[in-house]
Amino acid sequence: MPTRLIPYVKAVVHLLCLAPLFLVLARYRSGALTLLADPVNYITHFTGNWALWILLVSLAITPLRRVHPRLSNLIRFRRLLGLYAFFYASLHLATYIFLFSGYDLASAWDGLTHGHPAEVWRQGLVIWPSILQDLEKRRFIQVGLLSWVLLLALALTSPQIVLRKMGGRNWQRLHRLVYVAAAAACIHYWWLIKAGVRTPLPDTLILTALLLARFVWVLRKPGVPRTDSKPRSGVRSAVLAGREASSSQ
Amino acid sequence: MSNRNTQLYGSQIPSSEITPHSVFETGRPSRRAFVSGVGALTASGLLARQAFASDALTTVPGKFQVTDPQTPLAKASTYNNFYEYGIDKDLPAKNAHTLHTRPWSVQVSGLVKKPLTVNIDDLIHYRPLESRVYRHRCVEAWSMVIPWDGYSLSEFVNFCEPLPSAKYLQFVSLIDRKQMPELPDGFPWPYTEGLRMDEAMHPLTLLTFGCYGQTLPNQNGAPVRIVVPWKWGYKSAKSIVKVIFTDKQPATMWNELNSEEYGFYSNVNPNISHRWSQARERRIDGGFPHSVATQMFNGYGDQVASLYAGMDLNRYY
Repeated sequence: MPTRLIPYVKAVVHLLCLAPLFLVLARYRSGALTLLADPVNYITHFTGNWALWILLVSLAITPLRRVHPRLSNLIRFRRLLGLYAFFYASLHLATYIFLFSGYDLASAWDGLTHGHPAEVWRQGLVIWPSILQDLEKRRFIQVGLLSWVLLLALALTSPQIVLRKMGGRNWQRLHRLVYVAAAAACIHYWWLIKAGVRTPLPDTLILTALLLARFVWVLRKPGVPRTDSKPRSGVRSAVLAGREASSSQ
Repeated sequence: MSNRNTQLYGSQIPSSEITPHSVFETGRPSRRAFVSGVGALTASGLLARQAFASDALTTVPGKFQVTDPQTPLAKASTYNNFYEYGIDKDLPAKNAHTLHTRPWSVQVSGLVKKPLTVNIDDLIHYRPLESRVYRHRCVEAWSMVIPWDGYSLSEFVNFCEPLPSAKYLQFVSLIDRKQMPELPDGFPWPYTEGLRMDEAMHPLTLLTFGCYGQTLPNQNGAPVRIVVPWKWGYKSAKSIVKVIFTDKQPATMWNELNSEEYGFYSNVNPNISHRWSQARERRIDGGFPHSVATQMFNGYGDQVASLYAGMDLNRYY
């Protein structure tokens, strides 16, 4: 991809990643969402699915770059995609807290617009015990939250300045946790569905394929010692991505 | 003719006064007539018209009426768990048009005096259809308020003349790949459900032919289902083709798939330890769903709690 096109492609990627959010907002405004029997369930699955799908796309970038040198500047989109995955994962978490757990948004909003802002907090106190119980008892909640916390850590350390402060190798070590986050997201999905349902299977197979691609790549380059003075390709790409990102700003 | 109809429907007889033998061995229509001798009736225009899908049903107001705002039919008929027609809840409404609800018969077997097969149209007209408004609580933590049309299952159980040794009923739903092109693999089809005899005889348990005053939409379990309002929704088996009386607790599909999660009793219980919390439910009615607290036995505790007196509900979930 010619470098001069990258800003334009980035704009397109932004629009594509925001499209699901705009779609759901448009459906809310048109009333179509309220006509659905269970819009909360719809929003929960919608945000969860898009978080996982965008995360999988971001994980596809590294294997794709290795296919052909001309694809190497796909790296410029990896952080962007990762942050959007975190964005949808956060919407997913917010759906759980504010729509799923019994938080009365209407009362909170009434309080807010009628001079009783404490209502927002009071509603939180109402649902807190059930959320705490979910965290204690329900493994699909635990593993889902783990995935979000990992993505949060990666999002917080994603700016170029943090990468420089941490050093490329440490930064890369931390960001390998994205595999754990993706696997946790898939497990979260498997643990919440009913027996006999296999809807998480396509996502799980894609994740497995992406991880296998990396594994094969490592096996094919056995001779690179860890103490090699040259920065390894992963670090280099991360540093490169940061450099290019900062130069394009 | 109309006189005879009235008699056969039993609409002048309060259901509470009926016992099986007074029905079948007095001047009222005999069991034999009910099973096989209604050709003349089914030929009548009235019955033929009522036999087809989405027709209005003649109902009388029932004893049990929940006053919560009702779920609109448009939602109750587009958000269904009917896995034979696909596992997503919007799929049955799209796919279930391939279900043939006529001809249809229900086979009664097991521990009964005499096994028999009942034609659906005879079954519908066996008793006046009551319109009852029930809460319907899905194990997935959503709920609806639905006006169902049917009569107490106990009427049918009495009609079947179970032997004293019969302690349980098993309900078997239709399974037919030709009518169910979306049938998912990985399930021990056919769909089975079951009730203990006293649960089946409880006046709340409804043999259901319609909802909202019309015949059941296919995706809601046409042409005949049961509705057991104090249990998780999956206990209310759809599109029933067989009723088997047994002396042992029968197999039920969800229990076979995951016995830790789906017990035989499956009474609505906000305290149950489940993968997700059952303490609250999303009530689906006219507007945006709102969260309400789930009640023990789905709010029918006054009527049914005595059925489980002395039972450890954590063990018999």
